[in-house]
Amino acid sequence: MKAICFVKSVPDTETRVKLAGDRLDKSEIKYILNPYDEFAVEEAVRKKEAGIVDEIVVVSMGPARAQEAIRSALAMGADRGVHIEDDSLDGSDAYATAKVLVEALKKEGGLDTFQLLMFGQRAIDGDTWTVPSMVAEMLGIPSVCNIVKLDIDGNKAVAVRMVEGGEEVFEVELPAVFAGRKGLNEPRYPSLPNIMKAKRKPINKYTLADLGIDAGTVGKAGSFTEVLKYELPPARQAGRKVEGEPEEVVEELIKFLKEEAKVL
Amino acid sequence: MAEYKKGAIFLVEGTEPQDVFIPEEFTEEQRMFAKTAEDFVKKEVIPKSDEIEKKNYDVLVSLFKQAGELGLLGAEVPEEYGGLGLDKVSAMLISEKLSCGQGSFATTVMAHTGIGTLPIVYFGTEDQKQKYLPKLATGEYISAYALTETNAGSDAMNIKTKAVLDGDYWVLNGSKQFITNAGIADVFIVYAKVDGEKHAAFIVEKGYEGFSIGPEEHKMGIVGSSTCPLYFDNCKVPKENLLGGEEWIGKGHLIAFNILNIGRYKLGMACVGSSKYAIEEAVKYANQRKQFGVTISSFDMIKEKIARMTARAWVLESAAYRTAGLLDAGLEALKDRSPAEAIAEYAIECSILKVFGSEILDTIVDDMIQIYGGYGYTEEYPAARAYRDSRINRIFEGTNEINRLVIVAMLGRKAMKNEIPLVQAATQVGKEILTLMPMSLLKPGFLAEEKLAVEMARKLLLMVAGLATQKLKDKLRDEQIVVEALADMVIDLYAMESGLLRALKIAQEQGEEKAKYQAAMVRYFFYETFPKMALNANKVLCSIESGDMLRTQLSVVRKLTRWYVPGNPVELIRTIADKVIEEEKYCF
Ligand SMILES: Cc1cc2nc3c(=O)[nH]c(=O)nc-3n(C[C@H](O)[C@H](O)[C@H](O)COP(=O)(O)OP(=O)(O)OC[C@H]3O[C@@H](n4cnc5c(N)ncnc54)[C@H](O)[C@@H]3O)c2cc1C
Ligand SMILES: Cc1cc2nc3c(=O)[nH]c(=O)nc-3n(C[C@H](O)[C@H](O)[C@H](O)COP(=O)(O)OP(=O)(O)OC[C@H]3O[C@@H](n4cnc5c(N)ncnc54)[C@H](O)[C@@H]3O)c2cc1C
Repeated sequence: MKAICFVKSVPDTETRVKLAGDRLDKSEIKYILNPYDEFAVEEAVRKKEAGIVDEIVVVSMGPARAQEAIRSALAMGADRGVHIEDDSLDGSDAYATAKVLVEALKKEGGLDTFQLLMFGQRAIDGDTWTVPSMVAEMLGIPSVCNIVKLDIDGNKAVAVRMVEGGEEVFEVELPAVFAGRKGLNEPRYPSLPNIMKAKRKPINKYTLADLGIDAGTVGKAGSFTEVLKYELPPARQAGRKVEGEPEEVVEELIKFLKEEAKVL
Repeated sequence: MAEYKKGAIFLVEGTEPQDVFIPEEFTEEQRMFAKTAEDFVKKEVIPKSDEIEKKNYDVLVSLFKQAGELGLLGAEVPEEYGGLGLDKVSAMLISEKLSCGQGSFATTVMAHTGIGTLPIVYFGTEDQKQKYLPKLATGEYISAYALTETNAGSDAMNIKTKAVLDGDYWVLNGSKQFITNAGIADVFIVYAKVDGEKHAAFIVEKGYEGFSIGPEEHKMGIVGSSTCPLYFDNCKVPKENLLGGEEWIGKGHLIAFNILNIGRYKLGMACVGSSKYAIEEAVKYANQRKQFGVTISSFDMIKEKIARMTARAWVLESAAYRTAGLLDAGLEALKDRSPAEAIAEYAIECSILKVFGSEILDTIVDDMIQIYGGYGYTEEYPAARAYRDSRINRIFEGTNEINRLVIVAMLGRKAMKNEIPLVQAATQVGKEILTLMPMSLLKPGFLAEEKLAVEMARKLLLMVAGLATQKLKDKLRDEQIVVEALADMVIDLYAMESGLLRALKIAQEQGEEKAKYQAAMVRYFFYETFPKMALNANKVLCSIESGDMLRTQLSVVRKLTRWYVPGNPVELIRTIADKVIEEEKYCF
């Protein structure tokens, strides 16, 4: 069986987010492969090492830098890449993105070719948590998100998902979408020999025209949501210590919660 | 890609910015190598630092093996012997990142990949390469380099370990001192004299009959690395383990010197990694520690420390990667020579990096301690360890005194053999110096003052070196105070020029606005360093001349240097430090 991993290039976790007016200042941002996508790629590579998967394709939609994210996934052990780049994609929300990813999947052979569709649970930049489920919905196949374990047996998969206070175990038929989180596995460091091999692995490049997508149906025009502006979170205030006898402290705390924090 | 240049040619001519390699030009692949190395050290090695420092060799060795599995130990071993056969820029970038925060681990790895493995890469026979390199490249074997003896430290030619051929074996007798990795190594490159006379090197495996390893030294720093003496008591080494084969009998010292060149630039590179780590930790602490109701990073005296740590580390990094680029271009252009000989062309640059890197790092960890205040003096924070670990760098791979002697001696040799036109250049400067008017050469523009300062620094060095040679002739090398001052001028010139060229190249390629912090670091570094050129020139001149002649010469020194107007230090410090404080890391 073949696996397809959908990955995103996102700002490094150490990035200090800066604004230029009410837009993001991207001039000094360093980009990395979305850490959650590493769980997806790692899982696919392990399935390949276990002889369950025979080819892993990595797909990313995004500007030129997305290729570096693809290359990182190739260095972890994926076999080839697909890069969708088009100026009209700028401003795409989760829905528009899912649409494009589905078309890319179809272009590469669709569900006849790929049984295992792997995602990271969330991208650490937009943080919508929704693309994996949207893709599954558009394709009409099951999805299990937030998984910490994935076992495959023939055309069935058993996936374990963390929920509050316990685990949910799902059995689904393939093809299906899975979105991984921390705990699914320990992603490997790409070894230097594999980084060198990754350079020689092919990356197919598609524009919207190649995928037969009308520019008006994606990007800003094809999105249901639009980012109006960015704001930095307010600077954290220093903590306040409430001191005194227990009765006084409780009283003061209640007053604080009612009047200042306004949560009661 | 850097342009091919002869070694030490920077002493007689300027370099165009486009001809130097700068770190901003790493390829995507190189950045991926760096990420693997850095992630590995930060996530796997540093968390085990306490264990490593307790000399828990199981932990150290297991991390070493993991690094091997990731390919981090094979960069400089050719592909046909199981390595990656990478260029020097890549290899040095990996060395830098492997040195980003755990000195004992870094020392272990550097000794193995550098002085331990490279003797076989560059001098081994085909059989020796086949037998050992695949295992060294992957970390299956750990290696060590054994030159020093109790009575042969700096005076390494004075080794007494003796090798005598007896049938199918070389019989070694003697001992070695301070051997890094001794307690964990499988393979040792041991220098000895055949029949007590002719230098040679041997590949000695752990467990050979008559070979034993002494107790661990109790060290000031890099405490978790292994350093022990070795004893050879009629030690039997198979005949075929004479490094390079019989043709190398009597030339073992050449192997030792060539390998030290490599050890030296790698050490300089390791200092880049350690410097960045010190800055990162110190600035994080300064941003979080409050005194007088505010974070201490808001105080100018703390900012000054952060700014100078950063500017110095950045200049060191510029010089280190400029040298890496030179080595790659040299290895390409000098293909008719062996790689070790091609690298030897840059022996002066290698020694510069060693001295400059180790001394810069010492100032940086000193500032680091100071920023931590009392907590820097305790073992709860990383500053004390960084401070102790730094100090060895001025001692091993040739002490900084020896490296200063090497710089000037090599220059003398290059001048004598006319490999670079040093004599002609010095004569030319002698002729033009009386009529030269620096101010008339100052043109407006980006870093114009600093461009002219480098030109004047070069002329000053040529003038002073020329006068010292004329005056002292053969006795120059015995006048160590003069030699030291000349070596410092060489080092400072290379450093200033490397930083300047990098800033100019960034400005050329991305615009001056993008190079504004780099320009500030260059100006700050020149503010500190350019006046030192005059001080060292004076030191030489006052040591060799007197009376009216000296007076005239000193006035020339003033003329060449006094025109320079440095930047406003307060502004430069705030520009650099505010950026680092905002980003909370070394961000250039
Ligand atoms: C932790 C550690 C690890 C080491 N690892 C190795 C290793 O793996 N392999 C190996 O072979 N060696 C190793 N060494 C040895 C190291 O290279 C030597 O310590 C170094 O070369 C200095 O020799 P020495 O200690 O005998 O000092 P000395 O040579 O006695 O020097 C003492 C002082 O005198 C100065 N001096 C000596 N000669 C001159 C001169 N001509 N002019 C001016 N000043 C001079 C020196 O600069 C120094 O300041 C290691 C040492 C240490 C401490
Ligand atoms: C071994 C040891 C023994 C000691 N013994 C004693 C003792 O017997 N009794 C006792 O009372 N204390 C003792 N101390 C505490 C010592 O006096 C303090 O560590 C010292 O005053 C510095 O305070 P700090 O460590 O909190 O550093 P901080 O005050 O946090 O200083 C950190 C850095 O910020 C700088 N800084 C702070 N404020 C400013 C400012 N306004 N402008 C510019 N820079 C600033 C400091 O100079 C320093 O570089 C001891 C400490 C040690 C390590």
